[in-house]
Amino acid sequence: MTQAPVHSRPAPATAERIVGKPIDRVDGRAKTTGAARYSAEYPYPDIAHAALVHATVSRGRIAGIDAAAASAVPGVLAVITHLNAPAMKPPPPVSMMNLSSLASGTTVNYLNTDEVHWDGQPVAVVVAETLEAAQRAASLVEVTYETLPATFDFAAEEKNAKPQKSDLVQSGGATKGDAEAALAAAPVSVDLRFTTPPHNHNALEPHATTAAWDGDRVTVYDGAQNMYWVRDNLALKFGIPAANVRVISPYVGGAFGGKTMVWAGTILTVLAARVTARPVRLMLTREGVYRTVGGRTPSTQRVALGAEADGRLTALVHTSVTRLGRVGGGPEQVTSQSRHLYDAENILVQQNLVKLDLLPNTVMRAPGESIGTFALESAIDELAGELGMDPIALRMRNEPERNPIDGKRFAHRMLREAYARGAERFGWSERTPEPGSMRDGRWLVGMGVASAYHPSWQFAANVTVRLSADGTVVVRCGFHEMGMGGATAQAQIAADALGVPFEAVRVEYGDTALPTGPGAGGSGQTASIAASLVSACDKLKRSVLALARRSGDSPLRGQRMTGVEARDGGLYRTGRPGLGETYAAILTRAGRDSVEARVGSDTRVGAIAGQVRFMSKLMLDRRRWVKAASGAQFCEVRVDPDTGEVRVSRWVGVFDVGTVINAKTTAGQLRGGIVMGVGMALSEETLVDPRNGRIMNPSLAEYHVPVHADIPSIDVSWLDEPDPTMPLGLIGVGEVSITGAAAAIANAVHHATGRRVRDLPITLDRLL
Amino acid sequence: MVEIRMRVNGVMEALDLEPRVSLLDALREHLGLTGTKKGCDQGACGACTVLVDGERINSCLALAVQYDGREITTIEGVGDGERAHPLQSAFVRHDGFQCGYCTSGQICSAIGMLAEHGSGAPSAVTEHLSADTIELSDAEIRERMSGNLCRCGAYNGIVGAIREAASGEAGRDVMEAVR
Repeated sequence: MTQAPVHSRPAPATAERIVGKPIDRVDGRAKTTGAARYSAEYPYPDIAHAALVHATVSRGRIAGIDAAAASAVPGVLAVITHLNAPAMKPPPPVSMMNLSSLASGTTVNYLNTDEVHWDGQPVAVVVAETLEAAQRAASLVEVTYETLPATFDFAAEEKNAKPQKSDLVQSGGATKGDAEAALAAAPVSVDLRFTTPPHNHNALEPHATTAAWDGDRVTVYDGAQNMYWVRDNLALKFGIPAANVRVISPYVGGAFGGKTMVWAGTILTVLAARVTARPVRLMLTREGVYRTVGGRTPSTQRVALGAEADGRLTALVHTSVTRLGRVGGGPEQVTSQSRHLYDAENILVQQNLVKLDLLPNTVMRAPGESIGTFALESAIDELAGELGMDPIALRMRNEPERNPIDGKRFAHRMLREAYARGAERFGWSERTPEPGSMRDGRWLVGMGVASAYHPSWQFAANVTVRLSADGTVVVRCGFHEMGMGGATAQAQIAADALGVPFEAVRVEYGDTALPTGPGAGGSGQTASIAASLVSACDKLKRSVLALARRSGDSPLRGQRMTGVEARDGGLYRTGRPGLGETYAAILTRAGRDSVEARVGSDTRVGAIAGQVRFMSKLMLDRRRWVKAASGAQFCEVRVDPDTGEVRVSRWVGVFDVGTVINAKTTAGQLRGGIVMGVGMALSEETLVDPRNGRIMNPSLAEYHVPVHADIPSIDVSWLDEPDPTMPLGLIGVGEVSITGAAAAIANAVHHATGRRVRDLPITLDRLL
Repeated sequence: MVEIRMRVNGVMEALDLEPRVSLLDALREHLGLTGTKKGCDQGACGACTVLVDGERINSCLALAVQYDGREITTIEGVGDGERAHPLQSAFVRHDGFQCGYCTSGQICSAIGMLAEHGSGAPSAVTEHLSADTIELSDAEIRERMSGNLCRCGAYNGIVGAIREAASGEAGRDVMEAVR
């Protein structure tokens, strides 16, 4: 194991640490009784309902709109189109100093243009007294188009891809040595092509917004992964100060990246509310989600590996093509893991992009690594076959001491330990290497492994902590809860930091009126808040101690923080049990109702300073070391030899995610990523009609996500070693477990059948 | 407009509805019972599952006017006031959810499923269709719950919660509650 020196302080000592425990979620009761309100569930007595009309051509201009029939539907309040919509500002240019400029899902100024850029783009919004009237009227809006030539067939356009340029966040390509020459000279090699299809997030809650204007102020309930991006984007579009927009989002019904950007539905709900002077609610139809919210790009990938006969890698080539929309979208870091996983002498990675007339792509759980690990980790398995080596042994032979592409140090690296533990838990030694050699009755049995890898992130977070004289604590931070259990985890951290019971802590989140929290992305939310929360608790304890040490009556008189610890609901002298007093006693004596501490500032200057601090920390961190979560995925499949049906029958995942804050919710998130990986491997595929660029399966009946019957009991565990460079030693867990999952399944299918499938999903037809 | 009366969570409700209003929208938009969720509005996800006279249905595929005179139980009517239904507490203990959006449907569906199982109804994975008792194995639970999608992937927790609630003392409470 390569370890960076320890810089961060260990977690504060308390009598009994709450961090790490499998605590039940604080919102468990609300979510199991139906009391939790999602963004379409805020009642207004005069609420109006909206429905979208989608373009039916891929590229063109609107030639005419006939809204007469729609307007005549009883209860219709407005049919808003580009012909009558008020002007909105176009999306802002992208700037790294204003991250909210990244928020626009597309560059289209909806209903302010006659241009159509993809099949499904909203071209009208109908507002009516009832949902039924709005939906009926939307179906009656007649739109005619002048069509323009368009390109949308990824397979056909892939050859026109251009290399991705590097920027502050992503590097488009990198080289070490001469990988192509080394590949040509290698005694053993593989040179393979993989494809992955487009995917959609399919959060169970369709995107929904409720908007109500009051003069030039607007309140917006919106299921969001970044409320502040929504706020800033809406403020800009509607020409009002950000302070006039309040976004409230306490419960988000799943997101997985799909609610990171601001999409048409949110903007058009706010527009519709302004036009009709009524509170308006819009929940996208399931089809509407597919038509207006981007999904994961498809990819083609080449992975070529060259090795000596003993398995030592001499060449690693990984190139990719992904797509953007002509009006937005971003590159996926498909080759990210290939720069970090194997100690090859020569490396070439390059990502390439092609722009198409389709709804722009967006981030979806582990963008890049989820599909990139499918190709790389399948190729490693194929090379192991060529070498006649065990696939774990091949990986361990090439396990690097330093980051392969540039020699930087790893902040944390425990893949050897993950594989050792996983092999034991899974029973890898029982695997007979020959493909097709294992059976259980009529089922062909296969076992596969793959590495998981996801970089760790940390963003700026403003936090306040208030301690009241009754001993209760309120943590306030505008973060997001899509199911990660954020409030539970942060309450655990605060309880330990202040030495108070878990039940004494309440966490407020999901509202832009709170101190600015981080977006929920890059698996970075928990670590980002934890860093600020721990330092806010430190400040708070110093303030409380300052009250005590001034008092002649206090056993803490004259004490400094270094000699004091927080425990049992108060401050006590280190190593002197009983010498100290409770927070309640200190505050009461000082005549204070509460003491509050704050980290970060929400003023304009404070926000800019925070952004500068974030960017400089990011750059410094990147120069110093490589940080990531990683893991070893083991899976067993059973394949029906007659039908080609693949069943995942066992799973073991062992992960290096640093300190685990909550054992229960962490296990849930890790399992959830694996479940999505099972879908990616076996069934998930967004089908784009190559004739007209229209998504053909925009429904949960035709896009197949895993169901109960597809998922066996999943054994997840973690190594629980803190990452010394991360707050409390924690690394995010939201994404790592989808990575490697599809490759583990593909490798197991190969082991079961001898059939190598390099094109996802591994449907029955590919095995017959 | 059509006038109908339904007993919803034990309360008689009179509604004056357009015939095209789904039972799901009647519950959410007209009665303010938003615990029942809309995930697809097409009968493909199960988030809208409610109990009608004790049987589980997808309320998005039902027109409200068809349910005149019927007894509807939504998630708000599961459990006894402040006292949680054993399945509800089991879901919390087993972390049978993350975002919570499918949870109402999962719980209502599980109640209906346990009643179906209790009445001896076999499933696609039941080996002996004429067996007197069908063991409620994990495979049976998974098969019978497969109409309820959970995109967060909390399936292990959901199965664990149902297994625990259906067995032992808690299980008797559940069976009592569904009768």
